[in-house]
Amino acid sequence: MTTPRTTWDFAPAPESTKVEIKPHYGLFIDGAFRESRSGRSIETINPATEASLSHICEADASDVNSAVVAARKALKSWRRTPALERAKYLYRIARRIQERARELAVLETMDNGKPIRETRDEDVPNAAAHFFHHAGWCDKLRWACPTADGTNPEPIGVCGQIIPWNFPLMMAAWKIAPALACGNTVVLKPAETTSLTALRLAEILQEIDLPPGVVNIITGAGETGRELVAHNDVDKIAFTGSTDVGRAIASTVAGTKKRLTLELGGKSPNIIFADAAIDQAVEGVVSAIWANQGQVCCAGSRLLVEESVADEVIEKLRLRMRSLRVGDPLDKNTDVGAINNRAQLDRIEHYIKIGTAEGAERNEVSDTPLPSKGYWCRPCFFTGVQPAHTIAREEIFGPVLAVMTFRTPDEAVARANNTMYGLSAGIWTSRGSKAYEVARQIKAGVIWCNTFNQFDPAAPFGGYRESGFGREGGRSGLSAYCM
Amino acid sequence: MAERSEITKTWKLFIGGAFPRSESGRVAPVQDLSDRSGGKALAYAAQASRKDLRDAVEAARSAQEKWAASSGYLRGQIIYRLAELLDGRREELIEAVRMSGRVGKSKAITEVEVAIDRTLSFAGWCDKLDSVAGGRNAVAGPFHCFSQIEATGVVAIFAPEQSSLIGFLTLILPAIACGCTVIAMPSSVEPIAALIVAECAPSADIPPGVFNVLTGLREELVPVVAAHRDIDAVVAAVEPEMAKILQLGVAENLKRVRLIDPQAKFLEDLAWSSPSAFQAVTEVKTVWHTVGF
Repeated sequence: MTTPRTTWDFAPAPESTKVEIKPHYGLFIDGAFRESRSGRSIETINPATEASLSHICEADASDVNSAVVAARKALKSWRRTPALERAKYLYRIARRIQERARELAVLETMDNGKPIRETRDEDVPNAAAHFFHHAGWCDKLRWACPTADGTNPEPIGVCGQIIPWNFPLMMAAWKIAPALACGNTVVLKPAETTSLTALRLAEILQEIDLPPGVVNIITGAGETGRELVAHNDVDKIAFTGSTDVGRAIASTVAGTKKRLTLELGGKSPNIIFADAAIDQAVEGVVSAIWANQGQVCCAGSRLLVEESVADEVIEKLRLRMRSLRVGDPLDKNTDVGAINNRAQLDRIEHYIKIGTAEGAERNEVSDTPLPSKGYWCRPCFFTGVQPAHTIAREEIFGPVLAVMTFRTPDEAVARANNTMYGLSAGIWTSRGSKAYEVARQIKAGVIWCNTFNQFDPAAPFGGYRESGFGREGGRSGLSAYCM
Repeated sequence: MAERSEITKTWKLFIGGAFPRSESGRVAPVQDLSDRSGGKALAYAAQASRKDLRDAVEAARSAQEKWAASSGYLRGQIIYRLAELLDGRREELIEAVRMSGRVGKSKAITEVEVAIDRTLSFAGWCDKLDSVAGGRNAVAGPFHCFSQIEATGVVAIFAPEQSSLIGFLTLILPAIACGCTVIAMPSSVEPIAALIVAECAPSADIPPGVFNVLTGLREELVPVVAAHRDIDAVVAAVEPEMAKILQLGVAENLKRVRLIDPQAKFLEDLAWSSPSAFQAVTEVKTVWHTVGF
């Protein structure tokens, strides 16, 4: 008997689409690209190679103000644009994203570090789907968000939107599409390490002749975001990012009339019962924690396995981890790409050290080479984890899984809920009644039964407790953008 | 025969289904502000301390899971029973509203009638909110995906100072109907009507801890509510400076805060009994399940 082969050697299969990247990008304000007043810019690099990609402007208070003024000016006619005419713009955006999909996927992969397989099959199609879906809502708002007197709901006004670096284009779509569908205007700030696809989206907005000022995209780091949050003439802030920044934003808007929605962190449980289809469940774990290098707010970063199948699950997970291909994100066979930035890699490595120091055991594939340049972290999972361990409580935002066991469904639910977060959960069982009962008892906004990390513009997404408030997608998502 | 003197009642707090005094021992007079008595103290009400508030949060927390898990049909029947009991104490409620001095008898009658009818309206919401606000999501994959409406959890409610009954009921009913448990702070100047509601609660079979009432000083209780990490949501009809304190409390534990204009017209606007009444006290949970052989 021969030992089963667990790795195969693939020939390199690099994505061949060439993407033109300018050496410098301006701020997209009032329908045109312009320089920042201060002239300051930020270098954006490819995290897989550390090679420079481009330079983006760093917007200061006066640039933020110009963007808000443009959005305010555009609001007047945009909110009164007939609903189906608004819809046509959104449909066109969706179409142009589809037509430029490969280019966007390649650019996203270069700027973010995530595998081309994911940007090509998930990020970009999902972004297009969000615009297409919300286009259709424009003329149906009075049924989606009924007002007491039966009139059309009104837009909230100028929306300041701040998005993270883990799904750059997709998050831009999640934010912009519902805002425009409801007749709002937007000032969007992408993350400073991943602004290139948002700026390419700005080009698309120019191509489809979206009226100037309806969407403004300003680049910059934390300070730019703070200026946007604090601006007096912004009616709503929508933020996706860390819980700490979410808290700071909540404090800034306290005492103002600004509306606020927050989509924050998580420490989501992924529960495998003994009666689950184990192979599928293990595939689900792979997707839950290693997709996008685990840099996912709803990542299933706590694996709770019923004790009787724990050994089997861990063995299969170990085997499956060995087959993950870590490396060049532009290679179509790559499963795990680069960590987005140096600070995040440091943070992940810090947690891995704490995990070991607190007595948990790290399991990883250490005998495969990693690229010599770039920010790389091997996927891993920890066994021997106690609920009180730091790696079982705090969001790591990396490809690091904490494995724990349970004996009864009640214990599984108690452990799953033993967190201040409440974004998502996975439940693996072949009994429908059990899945629905556990889903009912878990305090989380999105629950995946026998699947994980599914996103759709028709399905509301968002968290309970310290994972934030408000929903994105579906009818619930619209209600955050009209009144 | 000697003239009978009235019994001046001291109203107590309502915590965990019981009516304790404030642990601080404090009470405050409740004045009759109508032109009949010229501000005479007709009764006394307990003044809750921060310790009372913590006790109430504990009672609310321990009752929450079971209340949320009960059927909408059961919650609906309990709230309907509350409406019946309130109707039985109509006269007393009208007197309590009149004591505010804000309205004469006929307006007081209207306020009480609308309040009782609104209670009835929310009895009907308990098993219908999911149908109206939730439902199946038509996702583009082999999944059964639906969104259901769940209770946010433990909710602190500051009723408007200028409305003893209708403002109070309008804010607490959505929370109770959807499965939240409530710590309600009635108007501090006219708390009696809310305390009558509290006295009806046990007879309506509202389980202990589901509905708690704390009378007292708003400036004392607002900061404690804002800082409390086991309160999941706040609904407050308070003045701007207190509203800001509550909003700053979001940073503590991401509690949901819904602010209501304290001058809002609670009698007239249809929105008070619409699905928008459930903002902050409900969460949307989206459940996906694979479909296939």
